Amino acid sequence: MSENEEQSEEKQEVKRERRKLIPDKVAMPHQDPIERGKNFDEVALGYTVEQALEEAERCILCPKPPCIKGCPVEVPIREFIELIRDNDFVGASRKIKETNLLPAVCGRVCPQEDQCEKVCVVGKKFEPVSIGRLERFAADYERETGEKAVFKLAESTGKRVAVVGSGPAGITAAAELAKLGHSVTMYEALHEPGGVLIYGIPEFRLPKAIVADEIRALEDMGVEIKTNVVIGKLFTIADLKAEFDAVFIGTGAGLPMFMNIDGENLNGVYSANEFLSRTNLMKAYEFPEFDTPIKVGKKVTVVGGGNVAMDSVRTALRLGAEEATIVYRRSEEELPARIEEVHHAKEEQIKFDLLTSPIRIIDNGEGWVKAIECIRMELGEPDDSGRRRPIPIEGSEFQIPCDLVIMAIGTNSNPIIPETTKDLELNKWGYIVTDENTGKTSIEGVYAGGDIVTGSATVILAMGAGRKSANAVHRFLMGIPEPELETEEGKEQPVN
Amino acid sequence: MAKILEKRKVRPDVYYIRLDTPDIAEHAKPGQFVIIRIHKNGERIPISLADIDPERGSISLMYMTVGKTSTELSTLEVGDEIKDVVGPLGKPSHIEKFGRVALVGGGFGVAPLYPIAKALKAAGNEVVTVMGARNEDLLLYENEMAATCDEVLITTDDGSKGIKGVVTIALEEELKKGIDLVIAIGPAIMMKFVCKTTEPHKVKTWVSLNPIMVDGTGMCGACRVSVGGQTKFGCIDGPEFDGHEVDWDLLMSRQQMYLKEEKEAMELYECNCAPAS
Repeated sequence: MSENEEQSEEKQEVKRERRKLIPDKVAMPHQDPIERGKNFDEVALGYTVEQALEEAERCILCPKPPCIKGCPVEVPIREFIELIRDNDFVGASRKIKETNLLPAVCGRVCPQEDQCEKVCVVGKKFEPVSIGRLERFAADYERETGEKAVFKLAESTGKRVAVVGSGPAGITAAAELAKLGHSVTMYEALHEPGGVLIYGIPEFRLPKAIVADEIRALEDMGVEIKTNVVIGKLFTIADLKAEFDAVFIGTGAGLPMFMNIDGENLNGVYSANEFLSRTNLMKAYEFPEFDTPIKVGKKVTVVGGGNVAMDSVRTALRLGAEEATIVYRRSEEELPARIEEVHHAKEEQIKFDLLTSPIRIIDNGEGWVKAIECIRMELGEPDDSGRRRPIPIEGSEFQIPCDLVIMAIGTNSNPIIPETTKDLELNKWGYIVTDENTGKTSIEGVYAGGDIVTGSATVILAMGAGRKSANAVHRFLMGIPEPELETEEGKEQPVN
Repeated sequence: MAKILEKRKVRPDVYYIRLDTPDIAEHAKPGQFVIIRIHKNGERIPISLADIDPERGSISLMYMTVGKTSTELSTLEVGDEIKDVVGPLGKPSHIEKFGRVALVGGGFGVAPLYPIAKALKAAGNEVVTVMGARNEDLLLYENEMAATCDEVLITTDDGSKGIKGVVTIALEEELKKGIDLVIAIGPAIMMKFVCKTTEPHKVKTWVSLNPIMVDGTGMCGACRVSVGGQTKFGCIDGPEFDGHEVDWDLLMSRQQMYLKEEKEAMELYECNCAPAS
């Protein structure tokens, strides 16, 4: 058959599939909104086999699936969905793991609506195929069978790599390097590995047992994990460079941002990082069985509009708040959080005070929060980020009585590694400057990826960076030259 | 995991332990601290380094039994393991040749002054230590400080040993003789009063702040303090700060944030366990 005839054959195939288009996603079962506001169990319960098969039927199996390019790590989406349709659920999970080591995590926390599902062809007319839910289904199914995925490891290269940070970027880099035959030692500052997966994302969105399993899988690959080691304090990057053949830095964004308004240091004011760490990492919701305490406010105000703000406000509710409110300076359309999480929060009766910005936090006279004074905002012209700039409405000041305030407005670069690593080039915000194709830093043999490079972003982007860097580190260690990059004419980039 | 190599009860409520931590011992500097967690349900608590011994691969800590975790720690014996020990954390003390340095220690705050004293001496300073307690039985690290410093002045509230009075009385006398730098470590209120004493003499005074901490690496902000009107993180900007710039009232207020929970935890712990031997 000629190429034209082949293409036409494919178009016929797609047309035939299109006639079978099913408009709506199969609904994901959830815990009842009011009930779930009292427990830390998972909110989304996952598809049953029947539901997964039904949803997988919605995929029209595009010959050139745009969804794959929409994924930061290019999961072979069409292939895994075909495997689900064939009832090979474990095979589907293993297929995903060819490029994405953590489908159980990503299927839960990825913003698919901005990635694969955004460019889904079915989504052009109806709801996109629920790729995320299918990914989660496959991963959970495999996990439940108890069958461990055995990764084929290349022959040992005799090379040693240090990975700093055991969050998504580090986990991915370590796994890729181990698969390529290198000996990997991973260093983690906290007493438990997982990074933001363990301290940041709450149990009701990402059960910690899943993270623990993924870490075990990493150890089964031969990766050595050393917790309680703060690189930059115990050993420096220079120390690691002397002992290892290459280093990957995936330490995350780290330093909580505050507004520097009056009253921000009063008792009862937490950064989201502290609030979530006490809850997720230190299990403060089980105090006094677990020793770390946390304040349970009656009326809680969370400042911010991203996923961390949603996680914080919903955690506060579950700890026992009678009222939990989000204060965000822009409107609902501009909320950076996943629509799904905003929706879940609303169902749980979280209040939203939008177009509102804090001015100061008010002392009850004994060093505790008693209220937060805010001002109403209106949207003006767009700023650098493209979003309409919020402008205070004069005279609209008002107070929200509360006894707990959580600042969830973002993070800054943690200075520990930058301050102790000579010759490490940083940008003006203190993040590590890297080559965008390889993750290479200004120091030979030292690579970086994830939030420490980009600022706060997502799990999947950190994983993509980890994977990219791991391949670049491999080439560096084995003396393989870097592939040709795209020219002015826009030649396609070779896939790593 | 870190094994306890040595344990001493130095006062009814103060213990000294030496831990098997060769890596930390090799890299730690005076003025830094570690965070420990006794077991998997435990909380993370910061303790200043009371000694650093790279040759024996160990660090020493001195702590007071103020609540559940510290009391539980005091029940561990030589050979027992502490689940998590992380460090060295914080910025090291700034050591150089200043001239005549006065170290002022309140209670078990004397302990972290010991490695600082050794380093100051090695840098060519003349070191005078003022240490105080309610009575002579409650004094700590006397011999260690006497062996290291040029002079050790002891104050006791009841006059049972040394000068009768609080540390600031002895300090005032030394300031009159001429002091280039004061370093004070102890309870917040004590450090506050040391700073009040040195301020009119315009003598630089460094303090080691002790806010509540969780991660100790700058990630959570629990240790926020106000210095010079600016918010700083005790764990990465400190723990050493210019005492004259510190908002002491804020520090003391924030240290009280979990009093209720601390009391509850202690009560539960006390009624669950056998009487201490």
